[in-house]
Amino acid sequence: MTLPKAPSAAREAAARLDGPTREALAELLLTMADDEFVGGFMDSEWTGIAPILEEDVAMSSIAQDELGHARALYELLAEVLDDGRDADAIAYDREPDEYRHARLLDRPRGDWADTIARRFLYELADEARLASIGGGFAPLGDLVDKLRREERYHRMHAVAWIERLANGGPIARGHLEAALATAGEAAPTLFTPLDGEAALLRAAILARPLGEAEAAWRADLTRILVPLGLALPPTIEHGPEGRSGHSDAFRWLWGEFTSVRRSEVGATW
Amino acid sequence: MVSEALRRALPDRDAVVATLDTIADPEIPAVSIVQLGMIGEVETGPDGIRIELLPTFVGCPALEVIRDTMTERLAVHGLPVEVVVSFTTPWTSDRISPAGREALRRSGFAPPPQLAAAIGGGRALQVLDLAPAADDWPEEPTPCPYCGSTRTTLVSPFGPTQCRSVHHCADCRQPFEGFKAV
Repeated sequence: MTLPKAPSAAREAAARLDGPTREALAELLLTMADDEFVGGFMDSEWTGIAPILEEDVAMSSIAQDELGHARALYELLAEVLDDGRDADAIAYDREPDEYRHARLLDRPRGDWADTIARRFLYELADEARLASIGGGFAPLGDLVDKLRREERYHRMHAVAWIERLANGGPIARGHLEAALATAGEAAPTLFTPLDGEAALLRAAILARPLGEAEAAWRADLTRILVPLGLALPPTIEHGPEGRSGHSDAFRWLWGEFTSVRRSEVGATW
Repeated sequence: MVSEALRRALPDRDAVVATLDTIADPEIPAVSIVQLGMIGEVETGPDGIRIELLPTFVGCPALEVIRDTMTERLAVHGLPVEVVVSFTTPWTSDRISPAGREALRRSGFAPPPQLAAAIGGGRALQVLDLAPAADDWPEEPTPCPYCGSTRTTLVSPFGPTQCRSVHHCADCRQPFEGFKAV
């Protein structure tokens, strides 16, 4: 026996926002969720084939965390949009060009150094973004408080591996330097300005502009990379292509992660 | 088992919690969901029972099973039940009760370091700092659940489930799992 569902707190809070702010919130949630979702699926490509058993477990666990974070964000988005789609429909029933993850997460899995470089640049950027979320939309603020407790472990993992590869002899260091150079070019796209950023700032859903989050990210990167003698990512001119025009690597991944869902449209799993 | 008298009366919070305390965590059956501190607000009234469920980890795959089991077990009170998954009160590992910590230890899982005590309340709850390696980690080594030694190392913060870490004891040479501090 179950009680009739109480009106969702998230839907009520979203209904109190004006139209443009609600739209901007949906855009923010979609970019956050897509980043975690696509990055998590790419991480899961290491399951079974990571260099050592501990890392097989670690990458699988991190991927599971990120997909869980994506689910929670898609669920919030479903309440905000209130258009009849649930989290699964938003996550799986879009064409590749409709995903809004940053170009950094378009990169193929690559070798271990490529993955560590991508994870490191992403985790520090994700923390800078999570630290930018204000209390203007309480259901997101509450979720972010919880996410940051878990993401801390991902950051520890990425930073430990950057140090290990940087100090691991010329071959490991060479791989890392090449990986950081390639991933670094795409990394600032995580801070691609949002169309509705001004509305989010007015509503205190964002506590600071993404440009300030990017500066905080660069300060964190500097603290870690400079003592290791490693180069920082270049600064880029932001444009809409930062979260569009996805790669062939992503199109392949999309084919993988939607294959079960597409195999039997409308089925309940 | 719940008595006939309890079944007839309107259950109070304690009765509901006592029923929930019979539900084992699916991934670590040695502890109940109540001992883990996963139960938030409980409202009971003639219209039904409404309970806040606080996930230990956001992506915990056991959540649906736990929610369904709660609804099944609470049917004994004869009232409609609603379980609301909530992040309003964030679950932290400090919510695990003393009984829960002891049950974890007895089954070979090191209970998590107390974050509030180890790092200082405010800071632990904010988790604001960037954490390169051990800087932000409680200094105290996790005691071995088998021999009690503190000569232990964290092998990996990632274990067989999201909430578990892997450690090694230098005294009894036993690898062991711990419950992650979050």
